Order: sequence, then structure tokens, then C-alpha cells
Amino acid sequence: MQSVTRAVFPFSAIVGQDEMKLALICTAVDPTIGGVLVLGDRGTGKSTAIRALAALLPPMQAVIGCRYACDPADRDAWCAECQERHPGGTIKARSVPVPVVDLPLGVTEDRVVGALDLEKALSQGIKAFEPGLLARANRGFLYIDEVNLLEDHLVDLLIDVAASGENLVEREGLSVRHPARFVLIGSGNPEEGELRPQLLDRFGLSVEIRTPTELHERVDVIKRRDEFERDKSAFVAKWKKADVALRKRIVAGRERVETTSIPDSVLESAAKLCMQLGTDGLRAELTLMRAARALASFELAETVDVSHLRRISTLALRHRLRRDPLDESGSAVRIERAVQEALGA
Amino acid sequence: MSAADDAALSASLLALGGADLGGVCLRSLPQPARTQWLEIVRELLPATRPMRRIPCNIPDGRLLGGLDLAATLKAHRPIAERGALASADGGIVVVAMAERLSAHTAACLNAVLDSGEVLMEREGVALHDAARIAVVALDESMGDDESVPVSLLDRFAFLVDLNGFDPRTPIGSAHEPEEIDAARVLLPQVSISDELVTALCATGLTLGAGSVRVSSFALRVARMMAALEGRTEVNAEDASVAGRLVFAPRATQLPQARAAEPAPGEESPTRAQDPGPAPPPSETSDSAEPSQLPELKAADLEDLVLAAARAAIPPGLLERLRSEAGARRGSAAAGRAGAPTRGGTRGRPAGVRSGAPRGQARLNVLETLRSAAPWQRLRGRTLQGDGRVRIEAGDFRVTQYQQRAPTLTIFAVDASGSSALNRLAEAKGAVELLLADCYVRRDQVAVITFRGTGAEVLLPPTRSLVRAKRTLAGVPGGGGTPMAAAIDSALGIAAQSRRRGETPVLVMLTDGRANVARNGAKGRETAHADALHAARRWARTQVAALFVDTSPRPSPIAAELAAAMRANYVALPFADAKSLSRVVGAATRGGR
Repeated sequence: MQSVTRAVFPFSAIVGQDEMKLALICTAVDPTIGGVLVLGDRGTGKSTAIRALAALLPPMQAVIGCRYACDPADRDAWCAECQERHPGGTIKARSVPVPVVDLPLGVTEDRVVGALDLEKALSQGIKAFEPGLLARANRGFLYIDEVNLLEDHLVDLLIDVAASGENLVEREGLSVRHPARFVLIGSGNPEEGELRPQLLDRFGLSVEIRTPTELHERVDVIKRRDEFERDKSAFVAKWKKADVALRKRIVAGRERVETTSIPDSVLESAAKLCMQLGTDGLRAELTLMRAARALASFELAETVDVSHLRRISTLALRHRLRRDPLDESGSAVRIERAVQEALGA
Repeated sequence: MSAADDAALSASLLALGGADLGGVCLRSLPQPARTQWLEIVRELLPATRPMRRIPCNIPDGRLLGGLDLAATLKAHRPIAERGALASADGGIVVVAMAERLSAHTAACLNAVLDSGEVLMEREGVALHDAARIAVVALDESMGDDESVPVSLLDRFAFLVDLNGFDPRTPIGSAHEPEEIDAARVLLPQVSISDELVTALCATGLTLGAGSVRVSSFALRVARMMAALEGRTEVNAEDASVAGRLVFAPRATQLPQARAAEPAPGEESPTRAQDPGPAPPPSETSDSAEPSQLPELKAADLEDLVLAAARAAIPPGLLERLRSEAGARRGSAAAGRAGAPTRGGTRGRPAGVRSGAPRGQARLNVLETLRSAAPWQRLRGRTLQGDGRVRIEAGDFRVTQYQQRAPTLTIFAVDASGSSALNRLAEAKGAVELLLADCYVRRDQVAVITFRGTGAEVLLPPTRSLVRAKRTLAGVPGGGGTPMAAAIDSALGIAAQSRRRGETPVLVMLTDGRANVARNGAKGRETAHADALHAARRWARTQVAALFVDTSPRPSPIAAELAAAMRANYVALPFADAKSLSRVVGAATRGGR
């Protein structure tokens, strides 16, 4: 089941696309923000960036022998198997890379949620559960390329699991529940179909990217891509320092997230902004607040201030506006206007 | 260089570059030229590299792989079967009738072209296999309503059009297999100057030719051209060829001719400040201010590449592109996204039936085991024994799926003079409100307008409602009322939509006063007769239709037409857009 190992384009070497990079970094700092949706033109390196992020992340601790890679420190989030096996006392853990699981197109439902273990069923007639991709993505990232082409019944599944953080399997005579907390990352081209609002809501941040139209930027993209393709290991080595530095900053940001404070005035501004835009529910405010905090932590600020809010607001709110499918002015413009009003110029 | 020479050259390059070039869209009807082209590729490709042909409707199980049931039952453990893509690793996959590819299959191909591997997670088995392939999409599209999915085209280096080739002069191979092999060895050493990279990128930008990915292909092609010539340094000629082959067929805008090319002398000092007539080239000068010499050189190089690409742009291509203004781009592909229902093989599970898991039917393992269980003793084994279950063909159970057929709402909007006078604006408003309904139901929409001498499909079926609105907003009013043409056009779309397994619904907004006949001639009599004829044809299709009479007073003519179409007739003497929307909404819901 091991993926074919291949050199990954370094995150730091990605030219431009600052908004996408910012969103990915924020979710890496605080996974509770809840995923990133990247919509944009063809050939803008959406997949490249997401795979690069995976390579950038520091490893995590996982319970040995656990099929869901439970966190040894977080007893409450353990799966039933871990709870049973380690009712107390010490547990053994090891360092594993943060899982980044691809949800490939054409995937069948049984592979997503998990299903009857075929081998055991066929050879011994035993009913056993074989975890699926959701189990493998626990505590990591679940990446769906062309998310707008995902079949509806799979979308239904994901919507539920992404909200509850738990996968309930009731099929083929099995009844299993296991933790499935993952950061959902989706990418796609909006021209090829629209996303259901419920699925949109599961993404914490959303990014729109465009093909660079500046000549020098295009030249840079092409040159780096070319350099990478001609000698992958040399290219990766060249950017390693930058990537390691970035990883350190992400780790430092993670440690600070807990302690970075958000003054009441900033919270008020965030609430005002959301009210002005008429976003549904509290999720928008929560995400806005978390994302601003993640950004502040990443930048080693003591407290969150309005500037963080301003920079993150479009990312956090763009896909949450009461959607008028026919409004062409675009959500970004509406948000900018509201930001001006709520937060001052 | 003739078009045939370029076609042959693209075959050589594909054989040399393979997966690095993504592939080729070969637009051609089945004809000798196409066969020859494919044969050239086959000859130039090393014998060890596979070249596989797949049909456009290939099921996922065959494309990506899946559970090999026979082997699985024999071995008593799950055995995965590789799909067509993985087994073509290192070679070329030829997709027949690629214009009929579903968005889903195209997306699978895209993923493999991007990553060079197949990720298969199906039917209880997972398989991650290398699949460094190039795709040749055989595009037999004729009209504008079909095209190879645009997302796939973006991943191809070449778009080759063989239509119109003289069958008597065959395409000859441009290279010998040995030359290709030699070039393959030389390729890693080929270097390219920064000026040429910039020139290539600038050409891509100036011609509006595709994404950054396409520019990347141009760079690779330039390298390959140098390697084919036995050089280790890309020269301007190589870059020109790359520009011609990669960019020219994708050009969406004419390079603004720098007609009055400034002489080098007067150009150098002012250029950095002066944006100049062609926007992209001036960017080079901004970055390279200190040294004037290389900057000039870059501009010259770019001109050279651009000129080569421009010369190869087929006449009329740009005119067509401009007139269609994006209507075609992405249209067919976008419309198809997510739409197809495949005979109940995907969607929500809906029960189990007995039957062999053939084609796209999926085996339901538990039910299969369950049906086999009672027979174990009779078949000479027990569940204890060696612990193996004995399954026979009759035990197979497959899951049935059901999926709601998507709806396509076709709007036919009368934009003739009489209507424009009355309430074209209101009709537009109503359609916009309806579009919002369609969004909620995730319907597809298509927009036809008719005025003057004919009907025009403004927007082929799509889910992109923003585009629907945009196109509608730009509809001008005026001219006659070609009623028959409008109904005919709607018929065409409805028939296509039915073939895709969708449920079409027509909403017609008109005053019904036909005054332009099918052949474009003016005259109420014939026009009305033609319209009635078309209306009766419509009635035979039994597609639900709603006829909204937008004339100031309900007219018997419109009512007659509606009756002939067997459409629901709604007269809206003085309705505003909102109430129109309400009526239409209620009627279409009832019609479904």
C-alpha cells in the first residue's frame, strides 16, 4: 500500500500564489481551522502546493499498532481499540509522518469508509473490519483533487465525517466507529461544476488562484519547474534550507497558538464583520478567529490585532457568504467592502 | 514547413518526449492521415514501450484497475488487477472518440498525467502503480457542441488538426527511430538560455495560449528540437518551432502587431518607461534595465518565436474564437460535468440482485458469501474444515445503484424587436430568478435566444449559472421573430440532453408572433406555418415545455403555438419578473 516515493517540489520554491501558501500554512499551524479549498485556473500548481505542504510538515507521535494512528497524549480522542488495549499504564508511541491521503477519483465507497476485510472473509469466513481512507487520514490531511467532480454519495459521506470527526460504518453487517479527524483539502476548477454549500462550509479557508499574467512570474515558474524536473534531488537540496526554516516557523507557531491572546476588541470587530456580511451561523466567526490567531502565532505576535483579521478575512469568509449564484462582483469584493466598513481603512 | 511536416514532427516529438509532453489531441475523422500519424508514433517508439488503445466509455475498473475476481476466488485472498493506464506505463494511451469522454474519466486521466502514477482505491483493494504515460486523444468532434474536455487539452503539448489533409500525400516520418534514440540520450544535456525561456513565455502570454503548463511544454519541446538536431544548446530556431507547434493552435488573441517596429537606436533609452504597444514584452525591459544589450536580444528573440507561431495560426481561427468569446471554451466539458447517469451503476446503493459482476456492476461480497453459505456442506466443504468458503458463479450478487437523472432547463428567449419592445428586460429578469432555482436544484441550464434570421445557442448546457447570467445580460434585442428556428434549436439540445440520460425541460419566453420562416425569409404566413410545424415536432418528443406569452395582451397565435407544442401556456399580461418566475417555477416542478 506504500505510495511510490518520489521527490516533491519544495514548498518554498513555489512562485507567487501567496494567498494559497498563507492558507495552507495557517491550517498547518492550527488544524482546527478546518481545511482549505483551492479553486482556480488550470495549471496553477494547486496539487503541487498541497503535496509540497505534506513534505514540509514535522512528524507526529502515534500509538504503535493503532490502525488510526491515535495520539498517545490525547486519551479522549482514542479509538475503541486503543481504549480497550491500554486501559491505563504506559503506551508505546512512535514518530510517523503526518498522513496526507489522496482521495482519488473513481474511488469506491468501501475504500473511503472502510469495509469488510475481503481476505479474511474469503479465506476464513471471518467478519472483520478493514479501515478505509478516512481511517488513514486521521490526524492528517485528506486531499481531494477535482473536488467538484466527486460523486454525490461520496460527498454526503465526507460532509458528515468532516463535521463530526468520527466515521460511523454501518455496512455489510459491520458496525464500527472510529476517529477520523482530518484537515480536508480540496482543489478544483470552478468551471467544471459547482460545490454543494454544505461541502463548502466544511472548508475553513478558501483560496482562488489565477494564472500568473506577469511575464517575469511566469518565467520564474517555468524555470524552477524545469530545474526541478532536470535534477530533482539537487533542486530539493537547494531549497531544503528554506523549507526547514519554514517548518521551524510552523512548529513555533503551533506552540504559540494556545497562548496567543485575542483581545475583545478584535473579537468584536470579527463579529461586526460577520454580521455585516450576513454569514450564517457561528462557524464563520470561529474560523475567522482561529485563522487570525494562527496567522498571528505564525508571525510570532503576542496578540492578534486587526491587521491579522484583515489579511485573513477574505480567505475565511469568501465561501460563506449567503450565495447569490448570479452575483458576479465576486465575494472578495463584497468582503473587502465590509472589511473597510467594519475594521476601518 | 507544411502542416503535414508539422504533424510528422509532433509525432517524432511525442515518441521522444512521451509522458513529458502529456500528449496530443489529434483532431481528425477516421482517415488515412490519422492512421499514418499513429503508425509513425508506433514506429518511433521503442518496441518495449506499450501503445494501448482504450474506448472513451471505459469503466473505472478497467481504466484504473480493480478487484480481479477470478484470481481472487482462486487464491482466496484479494488480488488486484491493474487497469489500462498502469499497464501502459512508459508508453502511450490512445483514447478513441475522446470528444465523448466524460468529465469523470477525463479527470482520472488528468490525475494520472499530473502525478505519473495511478492511485486506485476500489472494491476493497488498493494499488499504487507507476503510470508515466502520454495520451493521444482522437478527437472526432465536428460541431461546436462537442470537444475534448478542456482540462485534458491543457495537459497536452500539441493540438494537431489533420482534417483537410490531402489523402493522396501521405504523412512521412520526419525522423528515423535511431535519431529519436540518439536524441533521447542527448536530451538531458541540452541547455537553454534565459533569454529564450523568457521569449517563449512572452509568446505564450502574447498569444493568450493556455496556462503556465503549456509554456512549460514549449520549453521542453524547444529542448527536444535541439536534441533532435544533435545540439546541446537550444537556439532561436528550436524555440520558434516550439512556439509554432505548442502555442499557435491555442492562440486566443492576435499578437498586436508591432507594425512600426522602432529602430534599435531610438528604442533603447525610452523603452523602460514607455509601456510600448505590446504589453508583455515591455516587462522584460523593466527587469533588465541596467544592460540594454541582452534586453534587445530578448525582444528580438521573442519576435522571432512569435512570428513563427503566428504564421502557423490557421486562418479564421482567431475570428472564430473571438466571435464565440469563450462560449465554446469549456462549454461541452463544463456541461457534462457530473451529469451522466450510467445505467444505475453509480449513485446510492439500492438493493442487491443476483448476477455476475460484469462490466460496471459491483460485486456485493457479503451477500455473495451469504448466498453461498447454505451450500457449503453440499459442496463438500464446511466452514470449519480448511476454513475456505466455496463460491460458485450462481452465488454472485451485485449491488444495484440508482441516481436521479439530472434536469436540464432550456431557456428559449425571444429577443426580437416586438419582444424587446414589450419586455425583454422582464424576461431576462425572470430567467435570472429561475437560474437561482436551478442553482438550488443543481440543474443544468442552456440558453437559446432568437432574433433576426435565426436562433443562437448562447450557452450550451452548463452548470455554471454565472456564465448563464453573463451571456443573458449581453443579449441585444431587435429584429424579426424566427419562431421555427428557435423551436428547432431547442429540439436539438433536448435530444442531446436525452441521449445523456438527462431530463430536459423547455421554458419558452416569447410573444409567439413568428415573422421569419425557417429559410430566413420574412413573412408572417409562412413563418407561422413553419413555427406550427416545428411545434408539432416538439410535441412528439414529449418533453415538458412551458410557453410564456410575453405579449402585452394574451394572443391567440401564441396560444395556438403552445397548444401545438403541447406546452403549458401561461399568459402574463402585466407580470413583473418575480411573478413570472413563480409561475414558471410551479409549472416546471409540475412537469417533472
